[in-house]
Amino acid sequence: MFEKALVGTKRYFGVLGFLLLLSGIGFFIYLRQLDFGLGITGMSRDVSWGFYIAQFTYLVGVAASAVMVVLPLYLHNYKAFGRIAILGEFLAVSAVSMCLLFIIVDLGKPSRLFNVLLHPTPNSVLFWDMIVLNGYLFLNIVCGWTVLQAERNEVPPPNWLKPFIYIAIPWAPSIHTVTAFLYAGLPGRGYWLTAIMAPRFLSSAFAAGPALLVLLCLLVRKYTKFDPGREQIQTLAKIVTYAILINVFFFFCEVFTVFYSQIPDHMLHFQYLFAGLEGKGKLVPLMWVSIVGMTITAILLIIPSVRKNETTLAVACAAVVVTTWIDKGMGLITGGFVPNPFEGVTEYFPTMPEALITLGVWAIGFLILTMLYKIAVSIKEEIRA
Amino acid sequence: MKEPVKSEFGTVGEKPKVEKKIYNRNLILAGIIAFVVLITFPIWNLQGKSVPPPDPKLDTPVIQKMPEKDRKCIEDKNYMRNYHMQMLDNWRNQVVRNGNRQYTSLSGKKYTASLQNTCLECHSNKSQFCDQCHLKCWPRASWRPN
Amino acid sequence: MLAPGELEAKLAPNPKALTAKRWAMVVDMRKLDEQTAEKCIEACHRIHNVPDFEDPIDPKDKVDPAEKVRWEVKWIWKEKYEHAFPGQAEVAIPEKIHKLNFLLLCNHCDNPPCVRVCPTKATWKRDDGVVMMDQHRCIGCRYCMAACPYGARSFNWRNPRPFIKSEDESYPTREIGVVEKCTLCAERLAKGQLPACVEASKGALTVGDLNDAKSKVRELLRNNFTIRRKTQLGSNPQVYYIV
Repeated sequence: MFEKALVGTKRYFGVLGFLLLLSGIGFFIYLRQLDFGLGITGMSRDVSWGFYIAQFTYLVGVAASAVMVVLPLYLHNYKAFGRIAILGEFLAVSAVSMCLLFIIVDLGKPSRLFNVLLHPTPNSVLFWDMIVLNGYLFLNIVCGWTVLQAERNEVPPPNWLKPFIYIAIPWAPSIHTVTAFLYAGLPGRGYWLTAIMAPRFLSSAFAAGPALLVLLCLLVRKYTKFDPGREQIQTLAKIVTYAILINVFFFFCEVFTVFYSQIPDHMLHFQYLFAGLEGKGKLVPLMWVSIVGMTITAILLIIPSVRKNETTLAVACAAVVVTTWIDKGMGLITGGFVPNPFEGVTEYFPTMPEALITLGVWAIGFLILTMLYKIAVSIKEEIRA
Repeated sequence: MKEPVKSEFGTVGEKPKVEKKIYNRNLILAGIIAFVVLITFPIWNLQGKSVPPPDPKLDTPVIQKMPEKDRKCIEDKNYMRNYHMQMLDNWRNQVVRNGNRQYTSLSGKKYTASLQNTCLECHSNKSQFCDQCHLKCWPRASWRPN
Repeated sequence: MLAPGELEAKLAPNPKALTAKRWAMVVDMRKLDEQTAEKCIEACHRIHNVPDFEDPIDPKDKVDPAEKVRWEVKWIWKEKYEHAFPGQAEVAIPEKIHKLNFLLLCNHCDNPPCVRVCPTKATWKRDDGVVMMDQHRCIGCRYCMAACPYGARSFNWRNPRPFIKSEDESYPTREIGVVEKCTLCAERLAKGQLPACVEASKGALTVGDLNDAKSKVRELLRNNFTIRRKTQLGSNPQVYYIV
């Protein structure tokens, strides 16, 4: 099946070439980071995680959201999703690949990566994150590939696959829950120290992932002979709507607890993000764009006509992707580290090399995604021909 | 007659016939040969060339000052030559992780388990001693005493 | 001849080592004046090869103060009361307390969050309570820095070696990409010496065995009111301050 990724139009190779170029630039700058150290980034003693870990967190959510396609199909026998399940699974494969790469580029000593396996430490959430992420990557490759192959050969998927498909369903929320636990169990970080962290992660993931999938489905329809289907896109739109509403609700639950209780350890972080502290507030405009945009989009998506018109739906989905990305990819990590344990403010913003390395990892992810989608779409076209 | 139950899963029908043939045979074979030639480059490139053997020097002031009969390393020379890396790795772990900082040699003499404070005390000539092998065999190795 | 595996048995602790069932430190702020605090910091940072980014070997490498804040490595440092004990700033506190510079360092917590999160056991709590750091094991994930509520951990954002003017060759320097912090001078305790800061403190700093009712530390705790940083977090810090 893989040969399908090796043939294609000029435009296909143009896209691959462009993504390769971006990842090449990222790789080159990563070599500089290896040489100089992580000081090349905007991170600091006070804000010791930054853009890389934030992208990782966001993309774990995108990966987990594949379950929103797989679950209705296999547990509710919602046949329409059979058509796009592969798109969800392959999106998960590329997202998890990016997650693993973001962890690697964030390590101070990537050459010692395997110390995590050599000295397994079950009391560390990071250890479990390593297990669930790699497990999820494996499950999605196996399930996606086998089902596609069966589809190509016009036979039902083999019986041995059944347990893998059923395990993959609870596995998906588990990856994002474990990722939330990375943060939610740290005693000194008030912004993260909340039991609603994992639910918030899941709601924003189940909004952002399916929203991205809607956009990808529209792209696939536009540029290939395979139509993921109007019904499919509309069902995804409903999922996005519910998830983003729940996400906004969770956010305001958080805001209530933090501000009604008036506990400074928790309030100061929100104050830094939404108003600034000690005259410093680089993220203030972004955070307002995020929460206001997210709320407006959620309200708009409730209106059936906005959802049913695929142009307005596309705009709304793009807004969901962007606003949840600002929330998780910019605010979440920095907000947890500012103010620091001494209630001082050291600000953080990614540097140019850091942004280019990040772009490089995204490019590798989209390279994987483009090739996997090319394979899937070619086979779907082949069957229909 | 009962209709067979249709299922989402399970193998039904015949397996599709697969044609056994290598496409682009010449290109693939040429590629494989080129790959093998490239990865074996370091082996055949050095055929017939000789490299002078490493020559670690032992003439540091501290060693010179020792009386002839005491002029030996903490363990047997051959052992040090073959296993100093395992020994140092072990020392490092034992010192940092278990707090065991005193080494008793086979001869019963006690030493502080420390590369910096024990080994390099005598072998103060890194470039004529350590680097003789370390830089010759692994020119890019970033090893340094501290 | 000796086989490599037999080596473990041939290593043992130095019999002269200072030992305790549970190490703890008392900082007597009444005795700690500005110069003494500086001396403590200087002594620690000198013998542990802690880099100073404002004072490199080659003046060309000098880092401006804004960058220095980001990359700074510190094992022991000074902080005002409201920063050392945030959230505890009382309304009408004696003027002298506000002026005091508290000496901060790793608290060697009895329930250390950094140890809980480390994915490789590169940081762990020894039986005697010292929270240790294995810089050869550390993968530089910086999870411990996120977990530590005391800001006691520093990361090597860049190569520290060009910024160590007078290197103490009896102690290792670090590489890019690992985390470091105070180890209560484990290397000195092992030789029977007190931690460097304690030695330089003219009696303002005391270390001893918390489990030994007759120890100096227990005597100070018995006779003085002491405070600790962020006890509400349950990490059970083991540095006590007499104010």
